[in-house]
Amino acid sequence: MARKLEEINAGSMADIAFLLLIFFLVTTTMDSDEGIVRILPQATPPDWTPPPIPIHERDVFEINVNAQNLLLVEGEYIYMDQLEELTYDFLTNYNGKENLPAMITVNKQFCDSKIGEIRNTIATTQNMDETTRKFWESEIKYWESKREAVEVAGEFRTLPKMAVISLRNDNGTSYDTYVQVQDRIQSAINRLRNEWCRKVYGKDFTELREDIADDQEKIKIIRAIVPQNIIERQPKNLGRY
Amino acid sequence: MSKFKKDSGGSAPAISTASLPDIVFMLLFFFMVTTVMKEQDVIVDVSKPEASAITKLQNKSLVDNIYIGVPMNAPAGSSPRIQTDDQLLNSAVQVQDFIKKKRPQRDPEDLDKVVTSLKVDKDTPMGIVTAVKQELRNVEALKINYSAVAKSKKTK
Repeated sequence: MARKLEEINAGSMADIAFLLLIFFLVTTTMDSDEGIVRILPQATPPDWTPPPIPIHERDVFEINVNAQNLLLVEGEYIYMDQLEELTYDFLTNYNGKENLPAMITVNKQFCDSKIGEIRNTIATTQNMDETTRKFWESEIKYWESKREAVEVAGEFRTLPKMAVISLRNDNGTSYDTYVQVQDRIQSAINRLRNEWCRKVYGKDFTELREDIADDQEKIKIIRAIVPQNIIERQPKNLGRY
Repeated sequence: MSKFKKDSGGSAPAISTASLPDIVFMLLFFFMVTTVMKEQDVIVDVSKPEASAITKLQNKSLVDNIYIGVPMNAPAGSSPRIQTDDQLLNSAVQVQDFIKKKRPQRDPEDLDKVVTSLKVDKDTPMGIVTAVKQELRNVEALKINYSAVAKSKKTK
């Protein structure tokens, strides 16, 4: 006669599962990568020079960082903490200073006349090479995006097309300092973008997400109003690297 | 004498814990699915710089990591080196091979969304970083991310 089987106690099963759970919690990583995103410029053929466009000195915000991690901005030594404020001044020039960019007022008419001008240039230039044509096409895209922004936000004041933040570091500059500089620049840009975004859409720019279709459009508009133009020049090589 | 028998024992029956393991297993599977295993061992020392204006990289499968820092084991030297996929590179040019190798593994539609994340130690001189950036330009991997950790909020 078979003995009646005794039931196996499943009480410890939970403990085993908990152990497994904790093991997975410890070994897997949840850390999502974060940082400052930048788009590198396209590699251009070495013999190509851009079509001549006048650049005024007041339109360039010059940042130099040397191998001792010291900052020289617009010809003056500054501390890292001052950089964000100075960048913000450059981006807005509320006081209309002579040494900061002359802001342009963008409205529909202005955009249309610019686009017409460029179309005219393309039509009248003969034997235009591929790279130059692409350059002019990107110009048209630039003004079209501005016009789109005008339709949403109305007339706005912005930096001239050629206004750039020009960054030059030394090969011996520490990466930490370099990231700090990029961070301060980005903070200033974000601040201004947040102001615009709050005005137009009632929320912060930094809250918008690129993977939401609805937000993508908003990001595009705000980017057209507050452009982010940073160029990096060939680093100097005076440091110890 | 009543019709209804009074409960003989004073204590309530024990709550069955038989379903507890199931619940925990469900949690376990949830974590197994949502988290990612560490794909690679970092063999260079990277302590990231701090920054405040940072954005999160959304899609992890569209990120290529390049590490730059001093190798952890002494024989590899004490000057900063570039690491991709578990190995140290001898020169920045090899970054091109790394990017080219990654490309066929991806959906062609996603190629323009790929971000190359530079995880660089904060004491690294910029020379080596610039060299890597130049190679990324040459291979047209233009979207990059300077990986940083969030700065503890400033008191203003």
